[in-house]
Amino acid sequence: MNHENQIEQNKRTGALRLYRRYLSILFRSKMQYKKSFFMLFVGSFLASFTIFLSVYFMFRRFPQVKGYTFQEVLLCYSIVLMSFSLAEIWARGLEAFPGMVRRGEFDRVMLRPRSLLLQILGTQCDIERFSRVLQALVILLYAVRTSSIPWTPLKIAAVFFMLTGGCVLFSGIFLIQAAMSFFFLDGLEFTNIFTFGLNEHGKYPVDIYGKGVLWVLTYIIPFALVQYYPLLYVLGRRQELWYAFLPFAAALFLIPGYLLWRVGVRHYKSSGS
Amino acid sequence: MKKYISYFRMWLVMGLQYRAAAFGGVVTQFFWGFMEIAAMHAFHASNPASYPMTMEATCSYIWFQQAFIAMLSARVFDGEILESVRSGNIAYELCRPVRIYDLWFFRSTASRLSGAGLRCIPILLVAVLLPESYRLSAPAGPGQFALFLLTLALAVLVSVAYIMLIYISGLYTVSSDGLRRLCSSLMDFLTGGYIPLPFFPEKIRRFLELLPFASMQNVPLRIYSGDLSGTAMYRAIGLQVFWLVTLVAVGRVLCRGAERKLMIQGG
Repeated sequence: MNHENQIEQNKRTGALRLYRRYLSILFRSKMQYKKSFFMLFVGSFLASFTIFLSVYFMFRRFPQVKGYTFQEVLLCYSIVLMSFSLAEIWARGLEAFPGMVRRGEFDRVMLRPRSLLLQILGTQCDIERFSRVLQALVILLYAVRTSSIPWTPLKIAAVFFMLTGGCVLFSGIFLIQAAMSFFFLDGLEFTNIFTFGLNEHGKYPVDIYGKGVLWVLTYIIPFALVQYYPLLYVLGRRQELWYAFLPFAAALFLIPGYLLWRVGVRHYKSSGS
Repeated sequence: MKKYISYFRMWLVMGLQYRAAAFGGVVTQFFWGFMEIAAMHAFHASNPASYPMTMEATCSYIWFQQAFIAMLSARVFDGEILESVRSGNIAYELCRPVRIYDLWFFRSTASRLSGAGLRCIPILLVAVLLPESYRLSAPAGPGQFALFLLTLALAVLVSVAYIMLIYISGLYTVSSDGLRRLCSSLMDFLTGGYIPLPFFPEKIRRFLELLPFASMQNVPLRIYSGDLSGTAMYRAIGLQVFWLVTLVAVGRVLCRGAERKLMIQGG
């Protein structure tokens, strides 16, 4: 191994070690307030459980919506909830980033000889939101067992693609949100539509909202590529195999996100404080 | 009383300054309302017979809910009240010849009114102009409209009285973040924030209608379209008054208790 490779190698393992260190600090500081942590754990569980309950109540009244049964909607809901919650846990730092820019704290981050994104991701990690991931997992297992889908290895793989693709897509949206704050010096509230909004309204397959919404979520924010189209394949409504692989296309959404971030960093002028 | 009213006016004017933030809110709320109505249409199409309201009533329910979210929602908290407890600045307020309960009550009412005042007009204006299946229609009658305004005012006060209990709990525990999140998601659900109360199963709905949460959105938003009328309506208004009095009384007792043995965070 030549010298340059060695340095490169060190940098990479160093990054991982640093991130682990950030996480351990965050975890230990959270454990200082155990009661509060427990409350937050239960609170975020309840927040998504009430959404589940409202879906349940709707389906007690209506046996199906646009041909989707309760189990099929639950499959969709749990996948979206899990991918969003995972993205929210690890990209929480990006979500809080506009505040960092506004307070002029980003200057400090720029002075350190480490990757900017790594440092920002390391500022926060909402482990209490794992209660949602847990909940999503239980609902997912229930939906998988009770829905009358004939499972094949490819369909199971499609569910994994949906989960991963969703997580990547939501992280990409968080990244764009963070990058926008370079230009507007503040978080833009309406971009929450694409994070919390898609999480909440993504509980139903997006075609129930009509053609217009489906078009926007296919070509502008590719949410339907991780939710609707692969779901059609899993439910057996479409036979085309490539529907299962569309989440990979959605993952490309990270590229414009990252470019915007790069431009933003170059454009950054401290707000001063 | 005079000092509280001048405080109230001050905070109202202060709240009206945040216009850019309100604009972001308008776009979000508008999207939210649109998606909710679209989903309701899909359910309605799947089985119109078991749909418990008219589509018109659903539309006006959802648009008012979105337009007044800053006023009625369980997720909106006055950041400065929370901060004054956390940082210990509450000590200054305790020195003044004012009651903490009354001060906070006026303050959160003012910030809720100003937040909603900035947001509601553009949302309602656009909602009136939408195509028919999404439109906010006219009230069921002039009488219903008057009662709508009255019960809306009561609803704001009941919401504030409930939120006050959460603020006061902060005096007992200092870090009330967890409790706050817990209470607000519960309250959001029970007020009918995700699905209107008529969509709940019959038995649960009957029970929920007795709780203070039903007084916060359900009553005014359904009176407007005539979905709630007759004796059921008068009973609901009576319950609003009952819960307002009860929650304020409980809040005052708890607040006085907290003031007696309050520990101020130093700094």
